[in-house]
Amino acid sequence: MLKKLWTFLKSPSSAAMWFILAIGFAGGIIFWGGFNTALEATNTEEFCISCHEMQDNVYQEYRETIHYANRSGVRATCPDCHVPKKWTDKIVRKIAASKEVWGMLTGIIDTREEFVDHRRSMAEREWKRMKENDSLECRNCHDFEYMDFSEQGNRSVKMHSDALASGEKTCIDCHKGIAHQLPDMKGVENW
Amino acid sequence: MKLLSLLVAVAAFAIAPPSMAQETVNPGGLATIRGAATIDETHAAEKLKRVIKDKNPIARNYVHQPPVIPHQTRGYRVDLNSNKCLNCHSWKYAAETGATKISLTHFEDRDGKTLSDVSPRRYFCLQCHVTQADAAPLVDNTFEPIESLSNE
Repeated sequence: MLKKLWTFLKSPSSAAMWFILAIGFAGGIIFWGGFNTALEATNTEEFCISCHEMQDNVYQEYRETIHYANRSGVRATCPDCHVPKKWTDKIVRKIAASKEVWGMLTGIIDTREEFVDHRRSMAEREWKRMKENDSLECRNCHDFEYMDFSEQGNRSVKMHSDALASGEKTCIDCHKGIAHQLPDMKGVENW
Repeated sequence: MKLLSLLVAVAAFAIAPPSMAQETVNPGGLATIRGAATIDETHAAEKLKRVIKDKNPIARNYVHQPPVIPHQTRGYRVDLNSNKCLNCHSWKYAAETGATKISLTHFEDRDGKTLSDVSPRRYFCLQCHVTQADAAPLVDNTFEPIESLSNE
């Protein structure tokens, strides 16, 4: 039995096949694991604010808001709102975000002034993205199905049971600038 | 000898009392609301009050009183770029949102000329309109709200 196995494995062709398979398998695990680990590493607040553009502008503004600090300590960090959870959508978003790396390298929003100048176009891009996916990232936590209107204020109940329930509006239509400051809102719908 | 004089100098410096004696602040015999605090000490800040979450409009207490805000305004930005209050209270959106419209006086400039939008001098809502918390008056008083403005 052992001898048979030995002769089989000893034959050059099958040994090579086993070798290639083993290398492929191990390589696959290492590559895929490494890829996903690297991807997840870019999906952290720490990574986002490692660029001064994020650290000095949007992060500082976000620190004053309820998604940064609140009574129960549940947080929504950068990727929770700006990167989809589903893998395919995430990859698409990550590839699109390579533009941001280019922006960092060319220093298009290097200073606060430049950042403020570009805020409207950047905000519009994000509003558009959220409008198109029906505010998916909001809904990852804020699920309409489980909203208890009896716990909401009068104004919230009115708006949520009306415009949101009918699907006429999505979260971002009204909740703009909840985590960052707003650009000049002239001409923006509902402002 | 040199070493000794140095030692003496250092010792004298160490023993000598600080030239600036602790000066006591004279409050002038007045008890203030914040207590008799000397200027160089910091009192613990008052606890933040919980403001009304969401309520119907609150009646005014006197004519020309800016109506107070019966809801939270935390995180509502009012600046050059945006005015969160006007999202609901502007004439444009008041009917839709059910909010109180801003008064026509807010469109007037200081010469009484009516403008086509909110006058810059009335733009910063929270200068006059404030959220309400259940807070006892700091000074007792006998003020009575005007009867004709509410029937509470």
